[in-house]
Amino acid sequence: MFRFSTTTPSGAELVVPPGWLTLCHACDLLSRVGEVPAGGTARCPRCGSVVYRRIRDSLDRTLALALAGLFLFIAANAFPFLALKMQGNVTDTTLSTGVSALYEQGSPIVASLVLLTTIVAPFLQIASLIFVLGPLRLGIRVPGQLHVFRLLRRVQPWSMMEVFIMGVLVSLVKLLDMAQIVPGIALWSFVLLIPVLAAATSSLDAESVWRRVGFVR
Amino acid sequence: MTPNSANSSVENLASCHDCGFVVTLEAGAHHVKTRCPRCRAVVHRRKPDSLNRTWALVITAAMLYVPANIFPVMKVISFGKAQEDTILSGAIYLLVHGMWPLALIVFFASVVVPLLKLISLSFLLISVQRGSNWRLVERTKLYHVVEAVGRWSMTDIYVVTILVALVSLGNLATIEAGMGAVYFAGVVVMTMLAAESFDPRLIWDRARESNG
Repeated sequence: MFRFSTTTPSGAELVVPPGWLTLCHACDLLSRVGEVPAGGTARCPRCGSVVYRRIRDSLDRTLALALAGLFLFIAANAFPFLALKMQGNVTDTTLSTGVSALYEQGSPIVASLVLLTTIVAPFLQIASLIFVLGPLRLGIRVPGQLHVFRLLRRVQPWSMMEVFIMGVLVSLVKLLDMAQIVPGIALWSFVLLIPVLAAATSSLDAESVWRRVGFVR
Repeated sequence: MTPNSANSSVENLASCHDCGFVVTLEAGAHHVKTRCPRCRAVVHRRKPDSLNRTWALVITAAMLYVPANIFPVMKVISFGKAQEDTILSGAIYLLVHGMWPLALIVFFASVVVPLLKLISLSFLLISVQRGSNWRLVERTKLYHVVEAVGRWSMTDIYVVTILVALVSLGNLATIEAGMGAVYFAGVVVMTMLAAESFDPRLIWDRARESNG
């Protein structure tokens, strides 16, 4: 199952050597990416879109943030999210309560979309980062890394946790004069997970990862 | 590397949509699927059938936008009385209750963003089809904005979800999702897919052609 790689040592820094060719994803201009200093950005000379960004300690940073994200994700799903106090009655809800309630009411489409964007997509994001970067950090190859890393790119636009928090905010205001709302541990975990996952995403140097996991049969 | 003085050598290059690797496509072999040697994804020079797909999704989203705003997204039943809320009345409720910053955000996210997205994508599509040379950089930026801002339209869907979760379990009131929510979810998904299927490189292709 595991194959120890002899050519690539385990290491924190994955460096992309300068001089490689790239086509701008926005305007298709062919350009050569020169020496990019750590923390620096290479832009398309024609349209200004970012072509490559080199992040200091990309692998370690991204992996650490993804692992932190995994714990926060578990907490966000395991503990009470919001509780509603109304005339002595307390209703406890978790993150998935809304999804199941919508489903039971006969709105499977809306329920699935909420499930996808607030639970499934964030989980896939975190899990695939760990699955791809973990073995890289340890210097081993795991079958399927390539496909999982491709999946990550597809999943990203559908992960909408920050928008969900906006929804929570609006809901709180709407219920303000009707009932008392008590935020739970899961809500705080969820709120923390947003910057953690955003940082993990922006510290990922995809080009250097492709160079390590790509070109396999 | 071969010199790129003429455009002909560049014409055969394509960047893999999944991993960005620059791949040389066989000239004249359009029916053969080329796979990226690095990540194994199918490589296209441009997103396949981009204009038609994007138009189809934009038109679908525009048609869904009407019922999404007319039908109620939420039904509140309390003490036997039912009150229905549309997207717009939800924003007005916040405004009336003095929460104007939040009202503005909701109005912007649910009413303005989808509309602006549809208008911007239509504008981009038409300008590409007409081979326009006008403000290429700004149009590319417009596309990036459209791509980034669309997700905020989900706010109202989430509000309905959270209110349903919190209130439907209590005895005093019940909140149900209305027909409008389904249409609205459709608008969000269709506009996101439309933005994804549009290929911004077409903006530059057509301009290059008309430049000669």
